[in-house]
Amino acid sequence: MAWQRIEDGSDAVPVRLVVEGRPVQARAGDTVAAAMLAVGVAVFRETPVSGAPRAPLCMMGVCFDCLVEVDGRPNVQACMTPVAEGMQICLQHGARRPEGA
Amino acid sequence: MSGAANDFGDIDTIVVGGGVVGLSLAYGLKKAGERVLLLDEGDDAYRAARGNFGLVWVQGKGLGCPAYARWTMQSAAAWPAFADELRERTGVDVELSQIGGLTMCLHDDEMAERAAQLTRLRHDLAQAYPVEMWDGAAVRKLIPQTGPDVVGAVWCPLDGHASPLRLLRALLQGYDSLGGRLAAGSRVEAITPRAGGFHVRTTFGTFAAPKVVLAAGLGNRTLAPQVGLTAPVAPNRGQILVTERVQPFLRHPTLYVRQTGEGVLQIGDSKEDAGFDDGTTLAQLSRIAARAVRCFPLLERMNIVRTWGALRVMSPDGLPIYQASTRHPGAFVITCHSGITLAPQHAGALVDWILGGTEPQPLQHFKAERFDGMATH
Ligand SMILES: Cc1cc2nc3c(=O)[nH]c(=O)nc-3n(C[C@H](O)[C@H](O)[C@H](O)COP(=O)(O)OP(=O)(O)OC[C@H]3O[C@@H](n4cnc5c(N)ncnc54)[C@H](O)[C@@H]3O)c2cc1C
Ligand code: FES
Repeated sequence: MAWQRIEDGSDAVPVRLVVEGRPVQARAGDTVAAAMLAVGVAVFRETPVSGAPRAPLCMMGVCFDCLVEVDGRPNVQACMTPVAEGMQICLQHGARRPEGA
Repeated sequence: MSGAANDFGDIDTIVVGGGVVGLSLAYGLKKAGERVLLLDEGDDAYRAARGNFGLVWVQGKGLGCPAYARWTMQSAAAWPAFADELRERTGVDVELSQIGGLTMCLHDDEMAERAAQLTRLRHDLAQAYPVEMWDGAAVRKLIPQTGPDVVGAVWCPLDGHASPLRLLRALLQGYDSLGGRLAAGSRVEAITPRAGGFHVRTTFGTFAAPKVVLAAGLGNRTLAPQVGLTAPVAPNRGQILVTERVQPFLRHPTLYVRQTGEGVLQIGDSKEDAGFDDGTTLAQLSRIAARAVRCFPLLERMNIVRTWGALRVMSPDGLPIYQASTRHPGAFVITCHSGITLAPQHAGALVDWILGGTEPQPLQHFKAERFDGMATH
């Protein structure tokens, strides 16, 4: 089942992101993880060792299952990163590259 | 004194200490058909075997003691078959890779010093010793990610690395599958020589056996004198950092940086006299990280996920102590600094000797008598 926002009637400021090349609308105050879940991203990464799919588990910075690439920076915790206008987010397949911004 | 929980009849050998040295010995003894009881203190003990760097390392070993260089080379040569045997028996892959290793040098005087050591060792050894000095260009050709500050390196094709934790698991599983008995959480408090063997008193009762092998790391210091042996070992702290997993780029282990089979960069280490404090310090960790970044500048962008300190088990000259008690026959002490490198020798040649075989030639250099009269703290 996809995640859904609780519509609280507030007029939050929209923020535009790019997730895997796709334009995505988020809201100011979202974390990257919340914004991605809200638009239906189900698999955030595959683990480096077994290749098993992973998605955010704790949403509070503990489990590291939400790692994504943000603006070219690999292994960023999506649940701990607030969205920003124009942010480029890529999913990671396996281990991160050793180099990387 | 209380009686033993068992009779002398049902255990042949008690091994004290379940680190990599004790487990290598216990596994080898069990394979040779001995009835073995392994006693290990527990998770709050000092355990170098769980905090080390995982190198199977030849270069630089045996300066001033060519017998140690030979012993190390024999062990490195035995490693591939040992790893295969453990995999076949237990299914555990210890991630052994022995495709050659390097010691990066950041200064010309460091190069000169290592070159002089190499010349001396090669002269003392009087046998083939395939270590070479490489200039910076040669190093960068092998590992393009090497930083511009690296002026050269010592290259040894015999060097390699393995996963120390997988090794422990493989040894334990192998020992267990052969029917070896382990009493974890059993600290040995006293050993008393008796007619026909030894009584070994632990927190959980007393066990009796005709042979006792002390492999308790830093614990040997107090246990050895109880059976007529000495083991003047002292702690020496090493701090280590590990990064997140990254795609493989470093196939060859280096003395201070290696990439594990699962992609983690392991970065070492310090050599500190910090008593029994196995913690970490920011000063050492940042020095270690800075040196590693000079060797491989791309490390600068990687996230560190863990750091730790662990205590080496050091004899005064850094060489092993392998000794049989003459006062109380049947008692042995086995301790060394390079327990990963030497694991195949411990499970093989040393076990044969403990079981009554001839003493391997290099052992005459590794007796604790060499420290007699020396002030040890
Ligand atoms: C930072 C660091 C880096 C290292 N890097 C390398 C490397 O790259 N390559 C290499 O070959 N070696 C390396 N080593 C060395 C290697 O880890 C040791 O040689 C090895 O762990 C020693 O094994 P051990 O079993 O003698 O001691 P330990 O691993 O310390 O084990 C001793 C065991 O004895 C038990 N014990 C102690 N006292 C008692 C008692 N009274 N009763 C019952 N049990 C007791 C403890 O529970 C413990 O499990 C390194 C060590 C350190 C600290
Ligand atoms: S979801 Fe657990 S750390 Fe981000």
